Amino acid sequence: MRHIMNPLDFSVEELEYMMDLAGDIEKHPNKYAHACDGKKMAILFYEPSTRTRLSFETAMLNLGGSVIGFASADYSSAAKGESVSDTIRVISYFADICAMRHPKEGAPLVASSVSSIPVINAGDGGHQHPTQTLTDLLTIRSLKGRLHDLTIGLCGDLKFGRTVHSLISALDRYRKVKFILISPEELRLPSYIKEDMLNAKHAEYEEVIHLDEVLPELDILYMTRVQKERFFNEDDYVRMKDFYILDKDKMKFAQKDMYVLHPLPRVNEISVEVDNDPRAAYFKQVQYGVYIRMALILTLLEVKVC
Amino acid sequence: MLNVGAIEEGFVLDHIKAGKAMTIYKDLKLDKLDCCVAIIKNAKSNKMGKKDIIKVECTMNMMNLDILGFIDHNITVNIIADGEIVAKQPLKLPQQVMNVIFCKNPRCITSIESDLDQIFVLTDPEREIYRCYYCEEQYQGIQK
Repeated sequence: MRHIMNPLDFSVEELEYMMDLAGDIEKHPNKYAHACDGKKMAILFYEPSTRTRLSFETAMLNLGGSVIGFASADYSSAAKGESVSDTIRVISYFADICAMRHPKEGAPLVASSVSSIPVINAGDGGHQHPTQTLTDLLTIRSLKGRLHDLTIGLCGDLKFGRTVHSLISALDRYRKVKFILISPEELRLPSYIKEDMLNAKHAEYEEVIHLDEVLPELDILYMTRVQKERFFNEDDYVRMKDFYILDKDKMKFAQKDMYVLHPLPRVNEISVEVDNDPRAAYFKQVQYGVYIRMALILTLLEVKVC
Repeated sequence: MLNVGAIEEGFVLDHIKAGKAMTIYKDLKLDKLDCCVAIIKNAKSNKMGKKDIIKVECTMNMMNLDILGFIDHNITVNIIADGEIVAKQPLKLPQQVMNVIFCKNPRCITSIESDLDQIFVLTDPEREIYRCYYCEEQYQGIQK
């Protein structure tokens, strides 16, 4: 039995298999419509979420399975002081697989250590969110046809954005991936990530402040939101949140086959006028999120569809 | 000069940085052992100027000295049998330390679930970096 806590829990080959499966699901959804008949997914969300929770629910329902669970700690025994370990021990008797989001980092890992069903980390604080990373990888591979020989621009909050950190660690395993880190000085990628991931693996990267000057060389532009909750000072937040706004004029500098990704929700870092540009892939990305979650559920439940 | 008698069987921790003996006493949980323990503080040392020494009279299998490698691998561990030093145990960084140091990350699951073991894992032996097993926060407090 396997769990997923971190995108790196799966080898490059295993991820390739999962992404191939997701591609097949996209092409032949009916083939998988009853793959999980009679199976139940427990969706244990200790903090609010819209996209991730509904994406997991959709994925399981698309496979013919059903879902149980809660969408807030207030509606669970956690409100009475029950430990994560006890909750998952109980849930293991009700469901076949579990997706857990928890504000405390490491909570899904604790659950996986005592669980008798596969546990998916659906986000633990600012730590890991592996299915978002798998979504990003599938989106890039589906749109560009590869995960190697790419120039990836990561723009915005590179300091606190866990999706950026996870994506770098996942893409770092592919050859000839160049990272262009676009951020204001205050929101630069933390030095430990540069040392542990980029320098240790001799990855090519550069740090810039201005988006316009690097846009023409990008294959992928991964935009991120500046998160208000990370700032102690309102003025700093206001200054940072408008630092990058991708609009129609800027998109003129980009290649015709460059794609814009965003983990969503966006605030104002991507102007709505970009939404109709065929290179705007952030809503399509949501759909890929369902496909990869379906593929992950099938993989962890060891369901084979012929 | 203060004279502390020799021990027959046990071990002597020598070259402890002056002032650190009580910390090591607690970290090794010597207070839980029903055996003779001598703590010598600020002993004269040619190498260090001043040093602390701990003498413990118990069999080695009662102790887990791995944690010493984490605290300070410059400490010398002399193993005593029949009143003589019979071996010096080399110290190395342990792969994991449990319930000795605590995660300070307020977002870590250990901050709300006190029954969990506090586990730190050696992730970079070269730079001697330990990270929390649960949240991967780097341990910052090592003082040698």
